Amino acid sequence: MAVTAKQSGAAREITFGQAINEALAEEMRRDPRVFIIGEDVAEAGTPFKVLSGLVKEFGPERVIDSPISEAGIAGVGVGAAMTGMRPVVDIMFGDFITLTMDQLVNQAAKIHYMSGGKLKVPMVLRTTLGATRRSAAQHSQSLHAWVSHIPGLKVAVPATPYDAKGLLKSAIRDDNPVVFFEDKMMYQLKGPVPEGEYTIPLGVADVKRAGSDITFVATSSMVHVALVAAEALQQSHISAEVVDVRTTVPLDRQTIIDSVKKTSRAIVIDEGYERYGVTAEIASVIADGAFYYLDAPVKRMGAMDVPVPFSPVLEDQTVPTPESVAAMAKTLCNK
Amino acid sequence: MRRAKKTKAQAATRSAAHDERWLHFYRQMLKIRLFEEEVNQLYLSAKMPGLAHLYIGQEAVAVGVCEALRRDDYITSTHRGHGHCLAKGAALDKMFAELLGKAAGYCRGKGGSMHIADQDTGNLGANAIVGGSAGIAAGAAMSAKMRGTDQVAVCFFGDGALGQGLLYESMNMASLWKLPVVYICENNQYNEYTHFRETTAGEVTSRARAFGIPNESIDGQDVRTLHAAALKLVEQARRGDGPAFLQCNTYRFHGHHVGDIDRAYYRSKKDEEEWKNRRDPVKLLADWLKTSRLADESLLGRIEHEIAAEIKQAVNFALDAPYPEPHEVKQHVYVE
Repeated sequence: MAVTAKQSGAAREITFGQAINEALAEEMRRDPRVFIIGEDVAEAGTPFKVLSGLVKEFGPERVIDSPISEAGIAGVGVGAAMTGMRPVVDIMFGDFITLTMDQLVNQAAKIHYMSGGKLKVPMVLRTTLGATRRSAAQHSQSLHAWVSHIPGLKVAVPATPYDAKGLLKSAIRDDNPVVFFEDKMMYQLKGPVPEGEYTIPLGVADVKRAGSDITFVATSSMVHVALVAAEALQQSHISAEVVDVRTTVPLDRQTIIDSVKKTSRAIVIDEGYERYGVTAEIASVIADGAFYYLDAPVKRMGAMDVPVPFSPVLEDQTVPTPESVAAMAKTLCNK
Repeated sequence: MRRAKKTKAQAATRSAAHDERWLHFYRQMLKIRLFEEEVNQLYLSAKMPGLAHLYIGQEAVAVGVCEALRRDDYITSTHRGHGHCLAKGAALDKMFAELLGKAAGYCRGKGGSMHIADQDTGNLGANAIVGGSAGIAAGAAMSAKMRGTDQVAVCFFGDGALGQGLLYESMNMASLWKLPVVYICENNQYNEYTHFRETTAGEVTSRARAFGIPNESIDGQDVRTLHAAALKLVEQARRGDGPAFLQCNTYRFHGHHVGDIDRAYYRSKKDEEEWKNRRDPVKLLADWLKTSRLADESLLGRIEHEIAAEIKQAVNFALDAPYPEPHEVKQHVYVE
């Protein structure tokens, strides 16, 4: 059963990275079919050190350092998942999922359907998203819209350590392929995570902050941008509600629509490219479900439609910030 | 003395089983041949939606290899996969039903010719992406190793897949981790409509050599030689000796797919006739069965008659079978 950090009453705080590590360790202890495969996942524990210590507990047979072959390891994951294992494939940077696309899109996503329900692919593919790490155009993209487009895949975009742990455990137990995006800028972010077992179902959004004048629907890194913007807007007497979708597939349409029906205004904020992106999909959900309740057009704020530049003065302009979100909110609220 | 007698008796039993075995091979190969000829008829008479890629001419490869496998061993197959499915044990009626998009098909009509999968016979699926199953085969082999079974995975692919990077990524990992996967390269000479020599640099088997994978190149039309080679490689993989690579030199008697009729621009009629007349794997086995006195013309005729009747019955079943209910379109997108 899902519990919230508040309900558990636990004061313990751990980082987003530690939460991921704990989820993997707990699931690997619980289920011998779970294993990790990826580049530099064992002794190195990934460049972000998220997997540190796992190889010591579970050995190199279950925490497998692979060649630099993203398509190959995704394919191996699909084959292992089809035949009774529960692989967690580690793709170091979200930009590299482009190399896994055939295995994800044409194989993993379709095998259950194409086989008339006979075969299944219980695989998790963990990867990262997020800019502003000064890593330039091939290590900074947020490509979760690509996989959210494909029927057969589920897509998680957690924003807090608590959600990351609960969602990852659910993803590993899910019988479908799940692509799990972690904001690499968030690995050091701390938050309350109770000791012991809990899971969060895929497909249930979370209202991270209650408000009455405007709804910010946000994903992953942008949840924090939305929360900071909401705090700042108090000074302008604007009460902003923040809905964290937590998974783009399945998408919890009802929570989004209910919030906008209450507030009558909405901004959708996501770190993927704005054009044809997650923001467009969610904006259309709002237009469809809350049209007659709207007092202003639904606004979308995504990453600028340019390759992510290296120079900090350029890069910082490409993603929504608390300031840009607050400014947009004021415009929508006529303040 | 007693000991010698026993051995002789054993040898006699073995020999009878051995004789029966080659007749079984013949039945399997002929079943694929007649199945594919029927598929072509279904296309020509506009009873089959879409297209199909016929396996005619390559029957010795599927049968020679799959007869070296256990039922619980895995195969991954290709867009030209009917032969692999049947050789691994698929039933004719469910095969035809799938090709006709019927609910009784292996995939409830959702997969069609290029996606037949059957977990009961270890068939992880035909695959319409050239080389697309190389990772799946390695993953299945890795899974078998991790689960501590002695299952083997066979990865069937054509000469066209030699152009795909995924194959080499997978071969590298299979060799590195000694995975029980046997790569069967069915070189039918043509990447769709282009001779493989125009697309493939170097020698085919040198690719396996580069990864330290034992490899062999053999006549893909002689099922007995091919089976002996496959048996050896499969058993090596099962023992834990790691992957192997077998190039089977064969020939696609028909076009790339059933609609590829005018082929003169990429290969000559003379070449086709030569392969059909002199290198037909079904005929080669029939000739050997006759010269070895394991079968005569009348027995072979009887076998053909029996299989033709099975095919007729199966295709009629499929033609009469109902289509899926319209609401099934949304089923099986996700595991519930």
